[in-house]
Amino acid sequence: MPRTDALLIRGGHLIDPSQGLDAPGDILLAEGKVAWVGKPGEPPPQKPAQILPAKGLVVCPGFIDLHCHLREPGFEEKETIATGTLAAARGGFTTVCCMANTNPPLDNLASVEFVLRRAAELGAVRVLPVACVSQGRKGQELAEMAELAGAGAVAFSDDGDPVASTRLMRHALEYALPLGLPIMDHPQDVSLSQGGVMHEGWVATRLGLKGMPSAAEEVAVARDILLAELTGGWVHLQHLSTAGSVELVRLAKEKGLPITAEVTPHHLALTHELVLGKSPDFPGLHPYDTRTKVNPPLRSKEDVAALIQGLKDGIIDAIATDHAPHTRVDKECEYDLAASGISGLETALGLLLGLVHRGEIGLPDLIALLTSGPARILKAAGIPGLGTLQAGAPADVTVFDPDAEWTVEPEAFASKGRNTLLAGAVLRGKAMATIYGGKVVFQG
Amino acid sequence: MRMREVSRRAAESQAILSTETKEWHHRHVLDLDDFSRGEIEAVLDTARAMKEVLGREIKRVPTLRGKTVVTAFYEPSTRTRVSFELAAKNLSADVASISAQASSVEKGESLLDTVRTFQALGADILVLRHWQSGAPYFVAQHVEASIISAGDGSHAHPTQALLDLFTIRERMGSIEGLRVAIIGDIAYSRVARSNVWGLMAMGAQVVLCGPSTLLPSDIEKAYPDVIVETSSEAALEGADVVMALRLQRERQEAGLLPSLREYIRLYQLNSERLARARPGALVLHPGPMNEGLEISPEVAHGPQSAIEEQVTNGVAVRMALLYLLARGGHAED
Repeated sequence: MPRTDALLIRGGHLIDPSQGLDAPGDILLAEGKVAWVGKPGEPPPQKPAQILPAKGLVVCPGFIDLHCHLREPGFEEKETIATGTLAAARGGFTTVCCMANTNPPLDNLASVEFVLRRAAELGAVRVLPVACVSQGRKGQELAEMAELAGAGAVAFSDDGDPVASTRLMRHALEYALPLGLPIMDHPQDVSLSQGGVMHEGWVATRLGLKGMPSAAEEVAVARDILLAELTGGWVHLQHLSTAGSVELVRLAKEKGLPITAEVTPHHLALTHELVLGKSPDFPGLHPYDTRTKVNPPLRSKEDVAALIQGLKDGIIDAIATDHAPHTRVDKECEYDLAASGISGLETALGLLLGLVHRGEIGLPDLIALLTSGPARILKAAGIPGLGTLQAGAPADVTVFDPDAEWTVEPEAFASKGRNTLLAGAVLRGKAMATIYGGKVVFQG
Repeated sequence: MRMREVSRRAAESQAILSTETKEWHHRHVLDLDDFSRGEIEAVLDTARAMKEVLGREIKRVPTLRGKTVVTAFYEPSTRTRVSFELAAKNLSADVASISAQASSVEKGESLLDTVRTFQALGADILVLRHWQSGAPYFVAQHVEASIISAGDGSHAHPTQALLDLFTIRERMGSIEGLRVAIIGDIAYSRVARSNVWGLMAMGAQVVLCGPSTLLPSDIEKAYPDVIVETSSEAALEGADVVMALRLQRERQEAGLLPSLREYIRLYQLNSERLARARPGALVLHPGPMNEGLEISPEVAHGPQSAIEEQVTNGVAVRMALLYLLARGGHAED
């Protein structure tokens, strides 16, 4: 009898939106693949070497994050591929797409290969690099997209910055078309957002901080949609934050244009009032707390409501963390000078389950936005079987307790980035086990 | 003889002051949004006693002897700094000061490093002027000393607002029910923002007026009880107090104003416009003035102007705040 690594996850509630599965059941993982999905108590076709009890827990495909910053190479004091992927595993993610704003940026073969090699050696979960749209992320000349795609880039993005030149964006879409990969844009009209450090609105007015108007995002979203129409190229809109953006994407999808979109957990749950620093839910916040600084900024309640509606209506294809770890020094300064970003991989699930607990979205829909939704966007990159528990798919599984209450303690993060305004907040719901390629990479 | 005189007067002023400060509980003075009417009155009453001290032959009282006040100005402002330094010296505090030009800011030293250094050197009260909104809040999170904001970015200038309130109360008797029109670059004005809180707490009706490009976004939601006007004539109608704000010439370069000429035509506080206000309406300006731009020389130096008095009152108000903070914050008892 051959030795087996088979793992049986027993007694859980299976939710796999890719096959409309939402029922109690057991699942057997073997040789890095999903081997079998059965009814509760049904004997598996093969004797497992190990059993993971999942009573009272949800068992679903491993989460996929289309947007995170692993910071390596170049900013290892903020995060490394090892720490970032461990943070991902603790958050229930088995696949992460890392952005290209490293140093050097991922605009060349060697850098993309470096990331993949480091990930293979040290990564806790699958890392899929997103390469630059432009050389040096300077927005002037196209990066060698065909070579980068050949090396394993799954999409292109100058994230951190938008592709500011409308002309270059057009050519990027045209050039990427035969590669079949999306251009992921951080939609922002820089002449409108320049100098802005938070959402433009009544809170910025009170605090005397320069705002970024919603229109700074919407102008760029509209531009990208028009360019998708012009070129037939695929635009993936990153971290949408405004009601107006949702409306524009709705219209684009009605027209059948090749547009996809993501939102972040923080834009779905938090608002600009937090910059005032007085919130019963977030006891540690103070006025001008730089942990509230993120780009795009936290917006209004109305925007949050529209983003949630966008999820329900299928306008938004995926939830992505935009995990942006920073050092203490990057954040411990005046608001205008502070780095933008939230360390989000380890709090994403808890924050998002808040939407489920408040009845704003169904649990299977939320899971779809973390699994089958992003998997569709990665399909073109040719990695089969992501975001599903169908037999033969990679054995990437997340087991979570939707009701476990826990207090966010950034000092206990696996991520080097402790920059979260959720510090001290109580979240309900957390990953209990994360399995990547059949291996348990995290167990809580 | 002289010594006895000094101590007698000091005791007298001490007696005036000690009865007036029951309402006070602030460790820092960062803005007026967290000041109640009673607290503002406590400051104004204390400032009145201080102004009386300023009228004496010997202006110095020993109240803050042994305390160290540091003024850190990260933005040039001769008048506010001198006002604070005189206020501290009049109370017999030791005063040290740095300005951005002379300090190590340019060597890349962080604000936090600098203020921690001053704290280690024994500062009890730190007076901070900074070009970034919120900088005093950031500093207050990290040091033990009391912080007084001497103006931060476009956000707040609480001591200016308090001296404006003091001037209005002294000249008009009371602030309650007055219509106060503030005209000019509201979007970038920390003076306007702090005045909104202070005036509203004291029961005044505030009118904010400027060209639409210089009114901040969602202003009605930010300050629900304030009247917003783009017509200076409408704003001035029936005003008891009129404050003109300094206009920075950069606003034109930033595309916010077509020309200074047009601004003058529409918003300059001149005699003709002032005639729309109540007879005898008080004219204020936080300084420094661009005479001939936001305010005409006749109005700036006319009978209704209290602009010079504002400067004198500034010292009294700052003495009051230093006194209240030193008394409330660090144990002399």
